[in-house]
Amino acid sequence: MALIEARELTKLYRMGDETVHALDGVSFSIPDRDYCAIVGPSGSGKSTLMNILGGLDTPTSGVITIAANDIGQMNDDDLAVFRNQTIGFVFQSFNLLPRLTALENVELPMIYGGVLPKERKERAAELLERVGLGQRMGHRPTQLSGGQQQRVAIARALAGQPKLILADEPTGALDTNTGVEIMALFRQLNREGATIVIVTHDHEVAAQTRRTIEMRDGHIVSDNLNEGKTRHDANV
Amino acid sequence: MMRTSDLVSSAGRALRANPMRSALTALGVIIGVASVVAMVALGSGAQAQVERSIASLGSNLLIVVPGSMRGAGGVRGQAGGFDSLTMDDAEAIAQLENVAVVAPSQRARTQVIANGLNWNPEVNGVTPDFLTARDWEIAQGRMFDETEERQARRIVVLGNTVAENLFPNMEPVGQTVRMNGGAYEVIGVLESKGQSGFMDQDDIVLAPLTTVKRRIAGRRGRGDTVSQISVKAQSEDVLDRLQEDVENVLRQRHRTREGEDDFTVQNLSSITETAAQTTQVFTYLLGGISAVSLLVGGIGIMNIMLVSVTERTREIGLRKALGARQSDILHQFGLEAVTLSVAGGIIGLVIGVAGAWGMTTLFNLPLVVSPLNAGLAIAFSGLVGVVFGAYPAWRAAKLDPIEALRRE
Repeated sequence: MALIEARELTKLYRMGDETVHALDGVSFSIPDRDYCAIVGPSGSGKSTLMNILGGLDTPTSGVITIAANDIGQMNDDDLAVFRNQTIGFVFQSFNLLPRLTALENVELPMIYGGVLPKERKERAAELLERVGLGQRMGHRPTQLSGGQQQRVAIARALAGQPKLILADEPTGALDTNTGVEIMALFRQLNREGATIVIVTHDHEVAAQTRRTIEMRDGHIVSDNLNEGKTRHDANV
Repeated sequence: MMRTSDLVSSAGRALRANPMRSALTALGVIIGVASVVAMVALGSGAQAQVERSIASLGSNLLIVVPGSMRGAGGVRGQAGGFDSLTMDDAEAIAQLENVAVVAPSQRARTQVIANGLNWNPEVNGVTPDFLTARDWEIAQGRMFDETEERQARRIVVLGNTVAENLFPNMEPVGQTVRMNGGAYEVIGVLESKGQSGFMDQDDIVLAPLTTVKRRIAGRRGRGDTVSQISVKAQSEDVLDRLQEDVENVLRQRHRTREGEDDFTVQNLSSITETAAQTTQVFTYLLGGISAVSLLVGGIGIMNIMLVSVTERTREIGLRKALGARQSDILHQFGLEAVTLSVAGGIIGLVIGVAGAWGMTTLFNLPLVVSPLNAGLAIAFSGLVGVVFGAYPAWRAAKLDPIEALRRE
């Protein structure tokens, strides 16, 4: 069974008298260790899909299973535990807590996972080393550049040893060079075994992944392996 | 699920992030708790003072005074205004059950001269049992005995105030004072009892009852009458029953009916009770008014917590995305509110006790701060935090993470 199985996902929003189909019968599957992008313009339903994949929202109908969790059936607290144990989020605007140091920001998901302080600190330090910020652990977000902040956020996403990393426009707030570095980091993490889904409106970003799922008006309009990447991955 | 230590450190961190705001929010509770503590301590001090001064009159004591006789045409006289009590009445009361001591006394007022100074105290003709009835001790010298009383000896025992005013630099015992033109030897000084209400109990001279009746009281001292009979019961339990017995025996002897008595029996313990109740009501009233300011402090906490939840909407959204449950968020914000209010409560308690100490010192009252009241003040401030922190914390816990993350 694939890591993510979505069948006939539908999400309806009521806006006044109008009913909006944010998702309209979407089906797909993403295997373990995949590295894929969901692209589409705003209003295509990609954000709604990401929220559902991340356990922040539930579909109106359809079935979504992630790592054998039927998240359509979960209550609020189950979803919180699911997000903590299974998902690692990376946001466009980093969303680091300004009062906490880099190390403490990375510890945050583990606090809610009930990991002991000593173990937490060790693991957070390890992860910051891994994303290349071993020298910046005691810095607060305001003392870090955008690229560094996003690296902290990625370390935080890895902290709970998640099955799936969900990144929402991870390069959207970064300059081109830094964006390239961040995408290289994702690629490296994928090679090391992480399953990563990137949601973006930017086809260039999507092209750097292995697979692109394109959405428009609540439907999947294409789902292709990216040129070159297949060959690259086949070589691995 | 969040560990308690993480919860505590996270709340502490959030409160330290805005020290000025936290301090001002806590100030509301500080003022509330301080005023409750100070007012209750002050009220309790007043209550203790009232109880103490009434108790100083004597315990288990009934005081029989003449009075309130219905005269011709239904005009009532003032209590104690004329002499309806006699030595025989006192003896009849002495025969009753449960009586420990009966002490008839005759009051008079006269100038006392000694040592080139003069003073105008109450002169009380008493039997030696008077001291037992009133729980009064001799500080210097001695009390006269029954023989000296019967012989109408010219001797006196001075109250503390009289002794200090007539013999400021001298040992009073052995000196002579002059009253109504006669010379009297001072044989003792009473221990000080202090103020009872506005009355100085120490402004008194005790002389043998017979002496006072014959030599000082004048026309009113003639015959068999006395101005007051003090009756001490054997215990507090029998006091009410003894009061009825005294009333009955006096009605029989004076041939009066209930409601037309020519005497009044004052029960000091019931007076004490009433006075204590009055001051207690006063205490509750003061405390209640101060509690309103505590309430206002609570509203301040709620206000700031609501602002804080709005400001930190994104943080809450992030925490939820990272796996915080509703209960985690609820506890985090609830704990911030409770920390503010309990910290305010503790500081308020210290300030309140200090204030109470200042005021009781100023008004010369005893300082009464019970650990129970202190504990209650802290517990109540904690409760304020829970009650007024609950709604903001609940709002935070219920935030939709998607909406919250989108908020700028």
